[in-house]
Amino acid sequence: MLKLTATVSLAALSVGFLIEAAQAQGQGPIKVGFMTVRSGALAAGGRQMEEGLQLCIDQRNGMMGGRKVEVVTADTAGQPALTKTKAQELVERDKVDVLIGPLAAFEALAIDDYIRQAKIPIISPSAAAEDLTQRKPNPWFVRAVGTSAQAHHPLAEYVAKELGYKKIAIIADDFAFGHEIAAGFQRVFEENGGKVVQKLWPPLNTADYGSYVTQLDPDVDAVFAAFAGGNGIKFLGQYKNYGSTKPVIGAMTTVDEGVLKSMGSEAVGVISSGWYSAAIQTPANTKFVEAIRAKYKADPGYYTVGAYMACEFLASAVDQLKGKVDDKDALIKALREVKISESPYGAVKIDELGQPLMDITIRKVEQKNGRLQNVVLKTYPAVSQFWTWKPEAFLKSAVYGRGNPEPIAR
Amino acid sequence: MNFWIIQGLNGLAFGSLLFILAAGFSLIFGLMRVANLAHGAYFMLGAYVGLAALDAGLNFWLAVLAGAAVVGVLGGIVERLVLRRLSGKPLAQVLVTLGIAFIIADGCLWLWSGDPRPVPMPPGFEGVYRFGSVAFPKYRLFVVAVAVALAVALWLLLERSRLGAMIRAGVDDMDMARAMGIRTSLLFTTVFCLGSVLAGAGGVLAGPILSVYPGLDSDMLPLALVVVILGGAGSLTGAFIGSLIIGFIYSYGQALLPDLAYVILFLPMVLVLTLRPSGLLGRRLA
Amino acid sequence: MSRPIALALAAVIGLALLPAAIGSDYYVNLASQILIASILAMSLNLLVGFGGLTSLGHAAYMGAAAYLTIYATAHAGFGHLAGLCIALGGTLLLAMLFGYLALRATGLGFLMITLALGQILWGLAFRWVSFTGGDNGLGGLKRPQPFGIDLAQATSFYHLVLIVFALAFLAIACFTRSPFGQSLAGTRDQPRRMRALGYNVSLIQWISFVYAGVWGGVAGLLYAYYHQFVSPQALHLTTSAETLLMVIAGGAGTLTGPVVGAALVLILKNVASVYVTRWVMLLGVVFVVIVLFVPEGLVPGVARWSRRLTARWRRPAASVPAPLTAEHNS
Repeated sequence: MLKLTATVSLAALSVGFLIEAAQAQGQGPIKVGFMTVRSGALAAGGRQMEEGLQLCIDQRNGMMGGRKVEVVTADTAGQPALTKTKAQELVERDKVDVLIGPLAAFEALAIDDYIRQAKIPIISPSAAAEDLTQRKPNPWFVRAVGTSAQAHHPLAEYVAKELGYKKIAIIADDFAFGHEIAAGFQRVFEENGGKVVQKLWPPLNTADYGSYVTQLDPDVDAVFAAFAGGNGIKFLGQYKNYGSTKPVIGAMTTVDEGVLKSMGSEAVGVISSGWYSAAIQTPANTKFVEAIRAKYKADPGYYTVGAYMACEFLASAVDQLKGKVDDKDALIKALREVKISESPYGAVKIDELGQPLMDITIRKVEQKNGRLQNVVLKTYPAVSQFWTWKPEAFLKSAVYGRGNPEPIAR
Repeated sequence: MNFWIIQGLNGLAFGSLLFILAAGFSLIFGLMRVANLAHGAYFMLGAYVGLAALDAGLNFWLAVLAGAAVVGVLGGIVERLVLRRLSGKPLAQVLVTLGIAFIIADGCLWLWSGDPRPVPMPPGFEGVYRFGSVAFPKYRLFVVAVAVALAVALWLLLERSRLGAMIRAGVDDMDMARAMGIRTSLLFTTVFCLGSVLAGAGGVLAGPILSVYPGLDSDMLPLALVVVILGGAGSLTGAFIGSLIIGFIYSYGQALLPDLAYVILFLPMVLVLTLRPSGLLGRRLA
Repeated sequence: MSRPIALALAAVIGLALLPAAIGSDYYVNLASQILIASILAMSLNLLVGFGGLTSLGHAAYMGAAAYLTIYATAHAGFGHLAGLCIALGGTLLLAMLFGYLALRATGLGFLMITLALGQILWGLAFRWVSFTGGDNGLGGLKRPQPFGIDLAQATSFYHLVLIVFALAFLAIACFTRSPFGQSLAGTRDQPRRMRALGYNVSLIQWISFVYAGVWGGVAGLLYAYYHQFVSPQALHLTTSAETLLMVIAGGAGTLTGPVVGAALVLILKNVASVYVTRWVMLLGVVFVVIVLFVPEGLVPGVARWSRRLTARWRRPAASVPAPLTAEHNS
């Protein structure tokens, strides 16, 4: 009896499959598979990505290279296994021409092999893991954001040379993104004569930073805090709460616009760096920021601009190909040769490994026009993922991790 | 020396937060034999409701009341409509409380977007007290005071009131309590509401320290479980001692053994459970 | 006896022909995932349904086997067969140790220890970057081509999974029907009487625990070859909880319940999420509804309903009182 029930359930299952599978495939719009996060802890970033992408599509009236664009959105929930199934769903079931996504580096790595097998171009709007465009480059991968350390090499030089700090304590989220940011910062900072005297690695799910804040060496010149998501809010709040007065240097995501809007006085004065700031005063960025503010009542940050630019990369490539995206080899070639002269980022061109060279800004959080903003102090133009080292020398050193970096000989 | 004092204070403060969270959990666990896996979600929901109250212009203390009231009512409804029908079926209860936790977590994401939000300190509690060369946040000391007051109040309730006597009887031997004419149905609802109220209020009180974000529920639930296991289910003293121990392990452990930061809470728990399966002060969880 | 065998045969043949009927790699892959999750859920069901031991850390065995096989094969240079043996051997040792520790407690205490042990393993996977790759996970495993069959193809991989699934189903069914399996059920229902009868209750439970852990490891091997990637998520409490939900929702203590539960959860996660933005909430609602209206799980519940329905059809007149027979599951 029970077996019968099970058989019936399985039969019902296969009928469901049949109906889905029977849906016909037709020629028509360019199909973009968009992997975002709508459930779970990373959903805020996912929502901002959707907003950025939507703005880009709207500004183009839903057209690229003379063809209509259809976006198929999938929710990966920030789970690697689900990300893989969603990628398969988009590629095999929805037959998309190109993928944009996913959000987290571990999601991008979970589908890395699949992307190579499926030979589908993918544009990363957020995942920053260094090796995706360094030691293990994927020929089908283009990144529309910086690598983890790309913005933090110049920051370290700025901190050492212009702020003149000598001793720094680092506190960073204990996962690959935090390790890479911290190690990249340390390598350049120590090359410029500074010294990282302490490194603390609180777990991602640390509820209370109290015991970390009170461990920070009181004799340092400043604290470099590299946090992602909501951890920056928690850390800065508790840091101030303990009456700490040493200046805080932040990673791009510590005081990203996506969380800055919720912060208070604890964020004021934090100096950070990024390949983007909503306060960059160029015509292209002013237009972009105003459009996002008008539509979503918030400043664009890391995720918003990442997805927007991923879409711009695609549009530029599709324009080049005059809408003919069926040849995947041609599409990825065009994507990897994208050159954009004006964008919220400034000018963008892409290196041989699929990673853009970007203008990196040093920013400082200030209260301006009734809101906190990352006001630009200095811009380092066209910064490479390899900073000022030779790519070959850089690639020979181990990937940034919790226990490195080793210095690179000049 | 300063290191030991300041980390001790940190442990005390975090343990106090845990006690506010875990006291209700332990009572429910001990009396009803329900491992309420939605308790972390109640805590988070309380924090979000408190935040909404603050956004609406209420002051901090009213926000705490709002969080407590909303979550308490929800807890009562859940007990009456759902758990009531499942008494004596622990598997079904585990499943249903997990389902409720899913619903609350996703509902919070829906209602309050996923943006992490700090909760402002109540006025007068910003800043630090200084003891010699040690500085410690005023608000954290306040949380310690709240936890102590709560412990005393709960102790009086359990030891000195009729309700407390009924709860104790129920924890000790439910069948006997029933035979003595205690209306266990009403008792269960009351205790479940009380536990939910504590979770909701705890969420708002913890807000200025932990802030509010999706995932707060799953960060806190294992901590509550660990406290109850360590202290023993149904024992208020156990929950108090368990909270403090976990608070100290948390703060000293993360400072002294950073490589074990992930397992620092679970290793002692496994140790205690294998040596003394009923927890330090509890009855056997059978 | 012949009817269940005929039904099982029909089910296997139907499942084997499924890919041809579906015709889309995506759904074939989904079916593979359902079968892999089913193996994990069936192994957990040995403990939950037949042993009365509710474990909230069963993902540990799947994750451990997946990490071991990927590390051994793709990073330490072993062959596929050697990697497989290392993974299963490692999982066996792990289950022996965890079983020894966890079975010192009973009931909810057991649940808590398994949870804690699972979280310790998760913390290890997250922190021990040189071995596990940390949160970036471990990849690079290639599917082999035994006897010239290209397992990179969705359909051939599905058939491999189906064979292992059928073996697991048989092995678990035989285990529960065996005298040993009966004695496990005895320890669940009457531990004291079993002890009085001279059974070594803790040894019976421990052997069952290890047996379940090894089948969890088998699921982990398939998981590793299916995803060709593993990250700490595979070991996390949420994965354990999801597996427990599969068992309870489908019907603990039944043979087919975990399979139905696995199909339900994976379809909600993968297919319903295409159409419903708040699918996590839907998942929660489905569980609450199942518990409230079919508390024994879907398979026994549907069987009960269909019995009632057929009873009503056979005796349409209202004069017949409702059947008074006690409902028994399994």
